[in-house]
Amino acid sequence: MNRIRPLDHLILILGTLFMVMPVVVAIMTSTHTAVEIHTGGLQILPGNDGYDTYQTVLTRQGGFTGQVTGARMVMNSLILGLGFAIGKIVLSMAAAYALVYFRFRFATLMFWVIFTTLLLPLEVRIMPSYQVMSQLGLLNSYTGLILPLLASATGTFYFRQFFKSIPDELLEAARIDGAGPVKFFIDVILPLSKTMMAAIFIIMFVYGWNQYLWPMLMTTDERFFTLMRGIKQILQVWVGSQIPDYNEAFALAVLALLPPVLVVVVFQRWFIKGLTESDK
Amino acid sequence: MTNAAQTSPGPIRRWIARATVRPEPAKRVQFDRPLLPWLFLAPQLAVIFVFFYWPSAQAISSSFYIEDPFGFGATFVGFDNYTDALGSAEYRHIASFTAIFTVLVTAFSLGLGLLLAVKADQVIRARSTYRTAMISVYAIAPPVAGLIGMMLFDQHIGPFVKLAAWFGWEMKVGLNYFDTAFAMILVSVWKQVPYNFIFILSGLQGIPQSVREAALIDCKNGARRFFTAILPLLAPTAFFLLIINITYALFDTFAVIDVMVKDKAANNPITLVYKVYVDGFRGNDIGGSSAQSVILMLVVLVLTLVQFRWLERRVHYG
Amino acid sequence: MAAITITNVSKTYPGAAAPSISDINLTIQDGEFIVLVGPSGCGKSTLLRMVAGLEEITVGEVKIGDRVVNNVDPADRDIAMVFQNYALYPHMSVRENMAYGLKNRKTPKAEIEARVAEAARMLELGPYLDRKPRALSGGQRQRVAMGRAVVRQPAAFLFDEPLSNLDAKLRVSMRGEIRRLQKRLATTSLYVTHDQLEAMTLADRLVVLNAGRIEQVGAPLEIYHRPATTFVASFIGAPAMNLLDAEVDGSRLRIGSHVIDARRNMAGQGAITLGIRAEDLHPSATGLPFKVDFVEELGAQRLVHGLIDGQALVLILDPHLPLQDELRLSVNSDKLHLFDILSGRRLEHPQTAANGIPVPA
Repeated sequence: MNRIRPLDHLILILGTLFMVMPVVVAIMTSTHTAVEIHTGGLQILPGNDGYDTYQTVLTRQGGFTGQVTGARMVMNSLILGLGFAIGKIVLSMAAAYALVYFRFRFATLMFWVIFTTLLLPLEVRIMPSYQVMSQLGLLNSYTGLILPLLASATGTFYFRQFFKSIPDELLEAARIDGAGPVKFFIDVILPLSKTMMAAIFIIMFVYGWNQYLWPMLMTTDERFFTLMRGIKQILQVWVGSQIPDYNEAFALAVLALLPPVLVVVVFQRWFIKGLTESDK
Repeated sequence: MTNAAQTSPGPIRRWIARATVRPEPAKRVQFDRPLLPWLFLAPQLAVIFVFFYWPSAQAISSSFYIEDPFGFGATFVGFDNYTDALGSAEYRHIASFTAIFTVLVTAFSLGLGLLLAVKADQVIRARSTYRTAMISVYAIAPPVAGLIGMMLFDQHIGPFVKLAAWFGWEMKVGLNYFDTAFAMILVSVWKQVPYNFIFILSGLQGIPQSVREAALIDCKNGARRFFTAILPLLAPTAFFLLIINITYALFDTFAVIDVMVKDKAANNPITLVYKVYVDGFRGNDIGGSSAQSVILMLVVLVLTLVQFRWLERRVHYG
Repeated sequence: MAAITITNVSKTYPGAAAPSISDINLTIQDGEFIVLVGPSGCGKSTLLRMVAGLEEITVGEVKIGDRVVNNVDPADRDIAMVFQNYALYPHMSVRENMAYGLKNRKTPKAEIEARVAEAARMLELGPYLDRKPRALSGGQRQRVAMGRAVVRQPAAFLFDEPLSNLDAKLRVSMRGEIRRLQKRLATTSLYVTHDQLEAMTLADRLVVLNAGRIEQVGAPLEIYHRPATTFVASFIGAPAMNLLDAEVDGSRLRIGSHVIDARRNMAGQGAITLGIRAEDLHPSATGLPFKVDFVEELGAQRLVHGLIDGQALVLILDPHLPLQDELRLSVNSDKLHLFDILSGRRLEHPQTAANGIPVPA
C-alpha cells in the first residue's frame, strides 16, 4: 500500500500548482511597480517595491472623501470578522443549548423557526434587508454591518449537533450532582465546547472577513469600508486610467487574503474538524 | 394550490408533516423550566425576526406592488411583476445562462475536487502539504478571487490572454460575452475546488480501514474497486456537496461576477442573483427585484426539499 | 441510609401503546443490595432511572426513607448513581469530578477534601487524583465513578450496568470490589445488570424482570433452586436449565417414549414443561437414552450437548471420565422442576406446596 506513486503525485502537484499559483503570482506581483507590471506582465519572483506599495496602500487617504486608508479598511474587516464570529458563537450556542437541553412548549416550532433560515441565503433578500436597515437607521454602522449576517442558523446547527453528541449521562450525572441549567452550562458545556467554539470561530471569522455583497450595500460612508469594498473601489477607479495601479490592487488583494489564509492554515486541524464534522 | 396539496401526498406534504410532528427529544433527560429556555433563545430569535422574517415577508409583499421610484407610494399589481420577469426574453436568457453556469461550475469543481482528493488519499507522503495548499485557497474571499482572475485575464498583463492568443483566440474578458463567461467559470471553479477537496478527503479518510481491506481482497482491479466499494460509501458526502455546490454557484459567486463585469452588466453574462441586485439597486425596480427574489427563494426551497427527500433515499448510508 | 419502597409503579412512554414497566411493587431494606436483572428491554434501567428521578413516574409511588420522591429533583433525592459509560466530566480532574456534587451542595471545603481523600484511599485512586479521566484506564474510570458516588454519602447507591464496558477479567475483580465496598458502607444499593452471573454474585436479593414485570424476587440461591417461571429458569444459571416437553401421568413423567418414575404424585396432569439443571443429570446404567451431539471443554467441567428423544439437553460431566457417543442418564426426583406448559409458572409438588410438610411417599 505504501508504494510511491509518481503519477498520483504528478496529478497532485499539477492540481496544487493550478490552485496556488494565482495566489503566489498575486503576492509576488504586488512587490513590483505598476510600470514594471505593465510592461513585464505578472511576476513570479519578488520585486523591490513591496515596502513602498504596501505603505502607500495602508496609509494613503483614498476614496472620494479622503477618509479611508488601507489600514482603516483592515480594521473594519477585522471588526466585521471578529464581531460576526463572536456574535455568532454567543447567539447560536445559547439557542442550541435551549433547543437541546430544555423541554418547553413550542420547542418544535422554535426549532423550525430557527432552521428555516438555513433555506434562504441573504443574497435573495438583500433588497428588503436593505430597506429594513434603512428604516432602523442602521446604514453605515458596525451594528448594521454585523447583525443581519447573524440571521442564519448555521452556527446553531453546528452547536446543536455537537450538544447532541455529548453523552446523555453527563447531564444526568450533573443533575444528580445538583447542577441546575445555568450551572451545567457554565461548569460542563462551556469547557467541553472549547474546541468546537474555536472551530466555529475560525469558520465564522473567515466568513465575516470575506463578506462582500452586504458591506458593499450597507456602507456608503467610506469610513466603514472593508477591504472587500476597497477592492471594488480600486477597480472602479481604473476605468480610463493610462497605467492602472496594478501593484496597489494586488497589494490590497494580498492584505485581504492573508489574514483568513493564515488563520485557516495555522488552525487547520480545528478548521477541518469544525467544517466536516458538523455536516452530518 | 390547496387542491394540489390534497391530491398528491408528495414530498411537500410529507415534509410539512415532518415539520409539525414532535421530533424525538434531543436528550433523554431535559431541564423543565418555563422561562429559562426563552431567555437563551431570545437573542437569536430577535435577530432572526428582524433580519430574516421581516425582510423575507417584505420581499414577498413588495413583489405584488410597483413602487414609485421616488418613494411616493406603491400600486398593487398582483402577479404582474412575476409575469413581467418570467415573460421577458432577457430574464429567460439570464436564467438559462445561470443554469449552464451552475451545471458547469458544479461539475468541474466537484470533479476536480474528487480527483485530487482521491489521489491525496492514496499517497501518504506530503498529503498534509497538498491539503494545506488547498485550504489556503479556500480561505480566499470571492471578490479577491475575482480580482486575481481579472488580472490573469487582463488585456495587457494577463498570461491567459497571451496563452489564448498563441492559439489564435483573441480573448476580451469584460467585453466579449463568451470570454467573460469562460473566465467567470474558471475563477468560480478555482475558488470552490478546495472546499470539495477538504470534504471528500475527510470522507475518504473516514472509511474504515477494514472496509478497504475487505475490498482489496474481493476486487483486484483498483479502478473497479474504487467505483464499486469506495465511491458508494462517499455518497452521503457527495450528495451534501452537490447541494452546497449548486447553492455556491447560484449565490456565492455574486462577488466574482460583480468584480469581473465591473458594473457593466449590459452585454456581459450575469446570473439571476446578480440581476436581482442590478434591478433593485441600479434600476430601482423594487417590485420586479422582489418578485425575482421570491422566484429564487422558491428555487432554493425546491433544492432543499430535493435534498431532504428525493435524493436522500438513493444514497447508501453506511 | 434508608429503605426504598416502590409501590404500584408503572411507566408508559408518551406515544407508546404498552407500558414499559407495569405495576412493580418492591421494598428494599435499609442496607440491602438488590440487583435488578433481565434481558435488554425488560425495563430494569427504566425502573432504576425512575428511582433516580431521571424518568417520570406515570403511575405509583417511590419512597426513599419516609419521603415520597415522585416529584423531587434528582439532586434532592439523596442518591448517587454510577453509570455504564462512567459519565465522568472529561474536563475535570479526578479530584474535581468527585468534589463537584459536594461543591454544588455547599459542603465546607475542608470536609470535601477529607471525603475525597477517604474515597481515594478506599478505591486506591490516590496517585490519580490530579489526572483527567482520559488519562485513566477503564477500570480506573469506573472506580472514579464509584468514588464520586461514595463521597456523597448518600442514602442509596444506584448502579446502571456499571461493569458492562469493562473486559471480562476486570469485571470479575471490580465485582468483588463493589461487593466489599457496599458491605463496608452498608448503603442501600440498587444495581442493574443483564449479566446473571454478576447478579448472582452481588445480590442480597435478586429481582428478575421480564417485559416490564417482576418474574421473581428472592435470594440468589433460592431463585436458582426454585425458579418461579420457565423464564427465570432459563435466565438464571449457566448453562441454562434444560426445559423439556413432558407429560405427567400420576407419579410418572413421560418424555417422548421414555418414562421417569418420580416416586411420588405430582402436581398437574398431562402436558407440562420439565426443567432439569445440567448438573443434576448423571450417567447411570439404566435411565434415559442420551445421544451426544458435541462437547464443550471448560477444564474443570465438561459440557455435553445432545438429544433425548429429539429434545436438546446439556449436562455437566466429570472431564476425567471417558466419553461415549451414547449415554444413559438418571436424575434425582427432587431435582425435577415442573412448569405449566402455557403460563410457564412453576408447579409446586403437592407435598410442599400447601404447608411445607412432606407427605410420606
